[in-house]
Amino acid sequence: MSSTNAGANAPWVDGNALAGPLGEIIGTDLTVAELTCANCRTSRPLAMMHVFDRAPGLVARCPGCDDVVMRVVHTSDRVLIDLRGSLVLSLPAPTA
Amino acid sequence: MARAAVLGRLTWQPATVAATRPETATARTLVLDVDGWTGHVPGQHVDVRLTAPDGYTAYRSYSISSAPEPDRLEVTVQAVTHGEVSPHLVDVAAPGDQLEIRGPLGGWFVRRPDDPRPALLIAGGSGVAPLMSMVRAATNPTRLLYSARSPSDALFTADLATARAASGGRVAVTHVYTRVAPPGWPTPPQRLDADALARVAWPRDADAVAFVCGPTGFVETAADLLVDIGHDPANIRTERFGPTGG
Repeated sequence: MSSTNAGANAPWVDGNALAGPLGEIIGTDLTVAELTCANCRTSRPLAMMHVFDRAPGLVARCPGCDDVVMRVVHTSDRVLIDLRGSLVLSLPAPTA
Repeated sequence: MARAAVLGRLTWQPATVAATRPETATARTLVLDVDGWTGHVPGQHVDVRLTAPDGYTAYRSYSISSAPEPDRLEVTVQAVTHGEVSPHLVDVAAPGDQLEIRGPLGGWFVRRPDDPRPALLIAGGSGVAPLMSMVRAATNPTRLLYSARSPSDALFTADLATARAASGGRVAVTHVYTRVAPPGWPTPPQRLDADALARVAWPRDADAVAFVCGPTGFVETAADLLVDIGHDPANIRTERFGPTGG
C-alpha cells in the first residue's frame, strides 16, 4: 500500500495533531504511545506519524514506509479506531 | 495532562479573549482567560473551536506561546489565506469574545522544566510559537535559531530580546533571514544550512535535545541537517504544520 501522497506538499500534519481528537475519546495522551508498524516493523511515537486530517476520518501513516497504522472515524454515535496496521500499541506505564 | 486524568475525557472549555497583540502584518497573539486553567508544559498546543451563528463549528490546533501560568494562556496565530479559523482569530476576534479551547495537548513535543539537558530550538516562520513558550520558561541553557523570510515577517522580535536580556546568559537567539536581511546584516539572505546550524549547535558531548518546528519542508531539512552534523536522532523532536491549516 505505497502512498501516492508523499512529497513536500503532502497534506499531512504530525501525529501531535491527534492529541485533541483522541484525548476527547480516550482521556489519555495517546500521542506519546508507540506504535509498531505492521508493515516495516519500526516503532515510533504516534506524535511522529504522518496524519492526513482532511478526509472523512483521520489517517495516520508510518513515515518510514507510508503504510496506514491507524484510522479514526466518527459515526453518528460511535468512534471507530482501526489499528490493523499496527502490531503493538505501547503506552507509558501510569505513575503513582 | 493531569487535568484530563482527573476529569476523565478531555472536554471543550470556554475561553474569553482578554487582549490581542499584533506580531506581524498577518500574525497576532491572543491572550485568553480560561477559568480553572492549570498551566501547560512548554511546547504543548490547544485546539481552538469557533461556532458560527448557524451552529457550524470548526477547530484548529495552535501552539501556546506564553510561559505557563494559571487561568491564562496566549496563542499566536498566523493567518492562512482562505483559512476557516485563522482569519477570524487574526482579523476579527476582539477582547471580550468567547470561544472554546481543548487542552493543553500533546506530551511529546514538550520541554519539561526538570529536563536538565541544554536545548537547541530551531524555528521556521510561525513555527517559533511553541519555542517562544520554551524560551520564556527556560530554566536551562537554551539556544534558539530562528529562520524568517524578513525582519518584518519575524515574530516576537522584542520579546526574544527581552527574554535573552533577562536570562542571565541562559538564552541565546540567532536569526537567519531567507529573503530580506536587515540593513548591515553580515550575511546575504540565505536558507538555513549546515554552516548556520553548526555555528549554534551544542557540542556532541553536551547531550543536547533539539526541538524543530515550522512548515513541513523546513522541518525535514533542519532535522536532516542536525543528523548530518552529528546530532543524535533520538534527541530530535519535531512539529510540523502542513499546508492544510487555517
